[in-house]
Parts: sequence; structure tokens; C-alpha cells
Amino acid sequence: MTHLVILPVLLPLVAGSLLLLAARLGDAARRAIGLAATLGLLPLALLLLDRVADGTYVVYSLGDWAPPFGIVLVADRLAAVMLLLTAIVALASLVYAGAGDDTRGPQYHALFQFQLLGINGAFLTGDLFNLFVFFEVLLIASYALLLHGLGAQRVGAAMHVVVLNLIGSALFLFAVGTLYGVTGTLNFADLARVMPLLGPDVAPLARSGALLLLGVFALKAALLPLGFWLPRAYAAATGATAALFAVLTKVGVYAILRVYPLVFGSEAGEVANVAAAWVLPVALVTLAFGALGVLAARTLRTSAGWMVVYSVGTVLVAVGLFSEAGYAAAVYYTAHSTLASAALFLVSDLIARQRVVGGDRFEVVDAMPHGMMLGTLFFVTAVTIAGLPPLSGFVGKLLVLQAASAAPGAVASWSVLLVAALVVIVAVARAGSALFWRTATEAPAGPAPALDGRSVGAIGGLLACIVGLVAWGGAATSHAWSTARQLADPSGYVAAVLGTDASVHEQRRSLR
Amino acid sequence: MEALIAVAIGVLTGSGVYLMLRARTFPVLLGLTLLSYAVNLFLFVSGRIVVASAPLTDQELAGYPDPIPQALVLTAIVIGFGMTALLVVLALRAIRDTGGDHVDGGER
Repeated sequence: MTHLVILPVLLPLVAGSLLLLAARLGDAARRAIGLAATLGLLPLALLLLDRVADGTYVVYSLGDWAPPFGIVLVADRLAAVMLLLTAIVALASLVYAGAGDDTRGPQYHALFQFQLLGINGAFLTGDLFNLFVFFEVLLIASYALLLHGLGAQRVGAAMHVVVLNLIGSALFLFAVGTLYGVTGTLNFADLARVMPLLGPDVAPLARSGALLLLGVFALKAALLPLGFWLPRAYAAATGATAALFAVLTKVGVYAILRVYPLVFGSEAGEVANVAAAWVLPVALVTLAFGALGVLAARTLRTSAGWMVVYSVGTVLVAVGLFSEAGYAAAVYYTAHSTLASAALFLVSDLIARQRVVGGDRFEVVDAMPHGMMLGTLFFVTAVTIAGLPPLSGFVGKLLVLQAASAAPGAVASWSVLLVAALVVIVAVARAGSALFWRTATEAPAGPAPALDGRSVGAIGGLLACIVGLVAWGGAATSHAWSTARQLADPSGYVAAVLGTDASVHEQRRSLR
Repeated sequence: MEALIAVAIGVLTGSGVYLMLRARTFPVLLGLTLLSYAVNLFLFVSGRIVVASAPLTDQELAGYPDPIPQALVLTAIVIGFGMTALLVVLALRAIRDTGGDHVDGGER
């Protein structure tokens, strides 16, 4: 199974192309192809997770060109976890979309597969320029998915997202050009090898390239002040799409977690720890602002959008510590918050559909139809996302707090984290009581649309994964810790990709 | 040569940023296009400027142009082209759906 690493990229590519060709097939057939391909990602991710569980790096050189000359895909614990997470969320989102959302525009399933191609590629690539390419693939698919179903609100929101991300892409290329001009390579491992060798004359250039790159990743991850586009866009998207987009912001987080400890880590000489001064403060501001946004939102979907900003802020507080404990907390919290945000988007969409009069606005209207079912789903999701015991949000927050307590500035981090958590609890409690309890009538006024089993099943599946994250919490946290150890020690990555043979580097240097 | 290209990149970026700050979709689109030209030039020269030399490696000559930035620029041009096309379609759609070409939708 030497080709296992590239399969998570190839499978959506083939399935997406097939779906483009199969445009004439009926909805049911296309749905089946899409579901089969997405379901196929799950065993692939699990196999990969098993392969890397002992700490090996699986390196795949495309066309057998030896790195750093050729393109490489690298799977390690972090990449495998992210792949598994993507597969789970994608499956739930596609099952939910199968209840009717996917027929509101052409080519939904093909775009969905291309989106997965971009996301999986971004997680697996070992090369900065390919990271850019996969970012573009996932972005162009996400624009189309965001527009799915059209309508003035979606078009308006998509305009902002597209323009901002195009600016982000231009900055990405400026950063890539700067780093290439300084180091002569774009391979992550090779960059990590070259960075400590940089002299003080070119180090400022490398530093500006690194910080420009951080800006781009912050835009993708929706860190403030670059994240104001997110809540409106995610609230405008269809529920299933928004659930998948919960993974998209995590791609930005992943990129920070991949590039900065490895390339600009503590051994990078002149440019060591270049991001350390920035990530933590910005993350704290994002976290605080996200919590306020959740409180200020007037619809459930907007508040879910702000919740994504809030959770990204929390993850990056952990990342910004740049310590082993921080990475472990970040990995666990990323898994938790991706699942929880996706579930929240699906629940909000279901509520907006069932509440015929009020939609998902927080106003007093007739009682909620299917109140028991929807109420239970909302309650479990809310408990998770607000970080209350006994679900995974609590464990995740505890890990973040624990990691922050050992770092300097712990008082500031703790107070922001705890106050923001309180604000979010208040906001979520208010949302629940506004939607379910403060009603004008005792019973629903008219007949509500029937609950589709697929919608409930998709949300239930996500919530089951969240419960699993606590029930097998020991295994999950120990995996997070071993991932963190791998991240904190970049020498393993460099050795796995470049090998210990120095002749290649000598050859390369003589060429330049 | 270096100064000329640096000025060209600077002017393109400056004009691009100015246009992107306009409130109508068409100037924003032009601004993004100018910015992507600037990016492509920048990427191209990140492999150093080499004049009057063999296009690839030549053992006899001392210098040769680095082929990797050229490959990167090709990729970036293709992607930029696709993205611009998408934005044009989106801008037209926005005029139809929101009744104006303001970047926030509508006429204003």
C-alpha cells in the first residue's frame, strides 16, 4: 500500500470528474456516487491513521522525483487526524444535504468532491507551493458551494469572501516568492533545513515572508481583524455547506500548526519563533470578539458563524503557546470544535426549516414543532459547544487552560478564556430559551414539515462522535499528546522527507 | 534592470490596491487583476534576474535562470485567470440579484 497516501486526494478527484460527466444521471444516482466516494474516505483515513500511529512519517514522492526536487505528500499523525475529521464531517454534511439541499442547484455533488480534494490535499502536501494550489482548489469549490441555491444574500456574502480570498492568494504568492528568493526551496523539510543557515543579511526578508504567510493563514482561519467576512458568509450558506465549511477554517489553523513549528521553530536561527509574538494576542482578541458576536447575534445561524470565530480563537490560543502541551490541546480542541460547529450548523438549519414563521430568528412566535427531538439535538450541541461537562468541549477547554497555565501571560489567557466561556454559555442559554421556551402558543400553530430521517441521522452521527471523543477520551488525549510530541520535534519530519543522505543537498547547492 | 522591475511591481501593486478600495465591483476586479500581475512579476524575479544566458542549465556558462519560479508563475497565472473569470461571473450575477454593482450589493 505505498500509494495509500495519495488515495485521499485521488478518490475525490476521480469521483468529482465522474460526477461532472454523469450530469445527465438522476439525482439519486449522483447522490449515491457522492456518498460512496465520501464514505470511501473514512476507511482510507483510518488506514492512514493506523500507519502513522507508531510515529512514522509516510512520505510519497510524486513521479518518484526525490525531494526536494519533486513534489511530496507527507502523512503524519496530525495530517491523518485532520483527514479523519474531514471524512466524518463531510459524510454527515453530505447525508444531510441528501435530504433535499443538493438539488437546489446543478453540480452540487461534483463541487463537494472537489472541495474534499482541496482539503485533503492541503492536509497532505509537504510543499508550500502545493499548499497554495490546494488552497485555491478548495477555495474555488467553496465559492461555488457558498453560492449554491443563489439568492441576493448569498451572492452578496460570496462577493466579500471571493474578493478577500483573492487578495489573500496574492499575498500568499508574495510570501512564497520572498521565501523562495531567500532560500531557493519551497519544500517544508528543505525550508526547515535551510532556515538555520540564513545569514543576518537575508534574515529580515525571510522574517517578512514568514509574517506575510501568517497573515494569509490568519485570513483563512478567520482570525481578527481578518475574520469579519466569516459569520455573514457561513450564515448565508445552506446548512450542509456551512457544516463542511467548519473544516475550512481549520485548514488555516492546520497550516499554522504545520509551518511554524517546523520551518520557523526554535531551531530556525535568525528567524526562530517568528510567529510567537503574534499568534497568542491575536487569538485572545479573536476569542473575546467571537464570544461577543455570539451574544450579539440575532439569528441562530449568525451565532453559529460567530461560534466558529470563537472556537478558532480558542484553538489558536493553544497553538500560540508554541509548546508541546499547547499543541496537544490544539489537536484535541480542533477535533472537538470542528465536530461541534458542524453539528450546530446542521441543527440551526433544521430549526430554521421547521419553524415556519420565525425561521431561526430569536423572536417570540408559535411553539417549535417536533420540540422534543429538536430540543434534545440543540441541547446536546449547545452543551458541547459551550464547553460544559460532561462532553468534549469541557475536556478541550480544560486542556487549553492547563497548557496556558504553564506559559507566561497565563493570567491574561485564563481570564479571557474563562470570561468568554461564560459569555458563550449565557448566549447559548438565551438562544435555547428564545427558540424553545418563550413561545406565543402552547402548541405549534400549523402542520410542520416532517422531520427527515437523514437530517436527524446526520446530526446524531456527529453528536455520537462527540460523545466518543469523551468516552474514549484517554485514547484521544494520548493521541493528541503523541501528535504534539511529533510537532515539537521537527527533526523527524526533515529526516523522513530528505533522508539522512547529504549528497542530494550538495548536488543542489552546486547547481545554484 | 532590477530597479525597473522593482518599480513596475510597486506601481502595479499600488494601483491595484487603490482600485481594490473602490466601492464598485468593476474597479475592484481591475485592481485584483493588477495585483495578480504584480504577483506574477514578483514570483518570476524571485529566481534572480539573469540576462543573456542559456534558458536552462549549461555547464559552460556561469549563470542560468532558475526554472522553478517560471513553473510557479505559469501555475499562478492559470489559477489567477480562473479566479478572475469566476469573479466576473459573480459580479454580473450580483448586479442581477441585488440590483446594483456596489460591493455590498445594491445601488447605494
